[in-house]
Amino acid sequence: MIESKNRLFNRFMSKIKHFIASFTNFLKRSIKHFKRPFKEGSKGTKGSYFIMGFGNLYHKQYIKGGLFLTLQLLFLIIFFTNPKVNNTPIGFQAIRNFFTLGTEVGDIFGGLADNSMLMMLFGVVTFGLIAVFLATYKSNIYSSFYSDLRLKEGNKPTTFKEDLAELLDSRFHILLLTPTILGVLTFTILPTLFMIFIAFTNFDREVVPGLNLFEWVGFANFTEIFTGQGEIANRFIPVLTWTLTWAFFATFSCYIGGILLALLINKPGVRLKKLWRTIFILTIALPQFISLLAVQQLLSEHGPVNAMLMQLGILDQPFAFLGQARTAFTARVSVIVINLWIGIPFTMLMTSGILMNVPKDTYEAAQIDGASKFQAFRNITLPYIIFITTPYLITSFIGNITSFNIIFFLTGGDPNVPGSVAGQTDLLVTWLYSLTIEEGDVNIGSVIAIFTFIITASATLLSYRRSKAYKEEDTFQ
Amino acid sequence: MMNQTETHLNPSNKVMLEGMKDKKIKSQSASNRRSTILAYVALVVLSVIWLYPIVWIVLHSFRAEFRDGIFVGIVVSNYFPRSFGLDNFIRLFTMTPFIRWFFNTLFVATFSFIFSTVLVLSVAYVMSKLKFKQRKFFLNIAIIIGLFPGFMSIIAIYYILKSLNLTETLFALILVYSAGSGLGFYVAKGFFDIIPNSLIESARLDGATNAKIFTKIILPISKPIIIYTALLSFTGPWMDFIFARVILGETNREIHTVAVGLYYMVHGSQYADGNQFTMFAAGSLIVAIPIVTLFLVMQRYYIEGVTSGAVKG
Repeated sequence: MIESKNRLFNRFMSKIKHFIASFTNFLKRSIKHFKRPFKEGSKGTKGSYFIMGFGNLYHKQYIKGGLFLTLQLLFLIIFFTNPKVNNTPIGFQAIRNFFTLGTEVGDIFGGLADNSMLMMLFGVVTFGLIAVFLATYKSNIYSSFYSDLRLKEGNKPTTFKEDLAELLDSRFHILLLTPTILGVLTFTILPTLFMIFIAFTNFDREVVPGLNLFEWVGFANFTEIFTGQGEIANRFIPVLTWTLTWAFFATFSCYIGGILLALLINKPGVRLKKLWRTIFILTIALPQFISLLAVQQLLSEHGPVNAMLMQLGILDQPFAFLGQARTAFTARVSVIVINLWIGIPFTMLMTSGILMNVPKDTYEAAQIDGASKFQAFRNITLPYIIFITTPYLITSFIGNITSFNIIFFLTGGDPNVPGSVAGQTDLLVTWLYSLTIEEGDVNIGSVIAIFTFIITASATLLSYRRSKAYKEEDTFQ
Repeated sequence: MMNQTETHLNPSNKVMLEGMKDKKIKSQSASNRRSTILAYVALVVLSVIWLYPIVWIVLHSFRAEFRDGIFVGIVVSNYFPRSFGLDNFIRLFTMTPFIRWFFNTLFVATFSFIFSTVLVLSVAYVMSKLKFKQRKFFLNIAIIIGLFPGFMSIIAIYYILKSLNLTETLFALILVYSAGSGLGFYVAKGFFDIIPNSLIESARLDGATNAKIFTKIILPISKPIIIYTALLSFTGPWMDFIFARVILGETNREIHTVAVGLYYMVHGSQYADGNQFTMFAAGSLIVAIPIVTLFLVMQRYYIEGVTSGAVKG
């Protein structure tokens, strides 16, 4: 036991050492890479260390040089003049503001308070601008250096037209990737960083950005959730447990149900297979807000299902299946059962394709050897299906952890827990929604978001590293 | 596709098997018939369960039992309406901004489907077929970033846009739907991976540029994946509730999409007479008919796409 612990520790340490080594290596190479053009390059290249575009102008690449120069000027102007957007500066002041998150508290005579949120945002944006500037700076040097090299080989420096033409050929990937990179930077990376930073502040329901300030509080929100005594801390473990329980049952019930349905439809002798499949695909094609809200209304206390059960004399009074249910257990079972209605058709689709691809010759060989149908199914079809759908199982488990619609539309997280935002059927994501969008406790919401991300990301990475698709990424090409 | 199961025996095996099976056939056919009948019964029962709520909404949308009153909630007493009419549709068009919602959604869906399709195909092609130094690096980065659940960044996006006074616009919603869409490139990449490299190499030998190869050779043979991507990105905005709800807010009903608008017709009400369910049903029908039809017509492409994605993981 101790030995295996030691071995784990050693492996961990060697990984860290390896990481540090490769990181220092990377730094050394970068410095070397940075110095080389200065040593070996022309006067123009040396000049571009100080004035961007100088080297290109030196090589008579006027448009390119002009662009680099404009970018440099633009950056310097923004950085030092600190233009204000919504009364909050972007530039070197934004970096200071990022650390203070505002000092001006405002007054009743119309003095404006600092907007802590914009200050944080523009701080991040300014860091981003600096990074972009450094990247352009480096490419400015190398752009000139390549022209030097071309001249040495007896070629002319490339013209702007040629550079553009390369975007359609040898640099086609740059053209195709740039829009996505920009989009992801602004709409995924920036918000995610922002969310992570918020988790370390006291931006809660008391704060209205622009009216009052919030500030950095270190790990206070994390300790509040994991060791605190308050409502959030009390509800965290129950919500997490229910989220995982839900994901487990939702995944496996739909998986088994879907395979059974696929077997039923694909059973030799059953006709109109396409019709049966289409009926079940209807629930996939129908927007979930329609189907789930309809089911919620059907099952509501004063809905038709209760009315029917009462008419038939099965019930004396309406039975609450969902948000109004008397026990958490009832609501949870109802949600998992209704989820079958949504989830089974998906698995049916997945496994239908697979069922048709079960290697037929083994199947026939087994029959010749006298295996019964059930034996053939248990020993050939089933292992094959399980083997090939494992990645799907993992992705659908992760999908269920973050499945917002089902809970939101069916129960809204209810039945209530007195004094808490998180109800009995709230998942981490629906709790996150009500905490942030409805209550305004953005800081606590962010901690929960980070935590949910860690769960889903580690599950995905685990499955991804193991999946064939990753290991054999290049084999098909 | 489905017929393959019935003709799965190839001729040589068939002859062999028939000889062996001959004796068994009589006893088997009786039990076979019984199990087939059981299968039909099960399928019919399941179909009823699956169709029950759907038929229920459709019937509700045509209910005309309360022509005189303002009562537009759920009818619990009779599953089949006593009289049919278009009253609910007329109410929907005159009493709510439904037509606005519909065109809002159409607007958002059209733009985000154009942007997303272009982005997804571009990224997928780069990751699959173009060789450059940082390809593996970009692939890994894309996979790690793809792990950030979009739902979490949406909350930050909401606060960012709000502090810049950009929320409550359809433009913001289009950006949200399409900006990161390039990250969903796996299925399309899987499709491009299967296209043989020799096709590209021979075109290169003929002097075609990468851009020419992509637009003139690859895209024309990629119809299935283009349709799959376009279908998902066009129907997405019609189906999405949460992003639209967060970005567009609660208060300004004029800029809502169909999902947000219809949701507030039944939201939170557990009581039959407290909501506008028949109008909700009418609106749902108008939204669902084109979307469902699209799905059913394009079924083949959808199934190919999702199953390839699932199996590849």
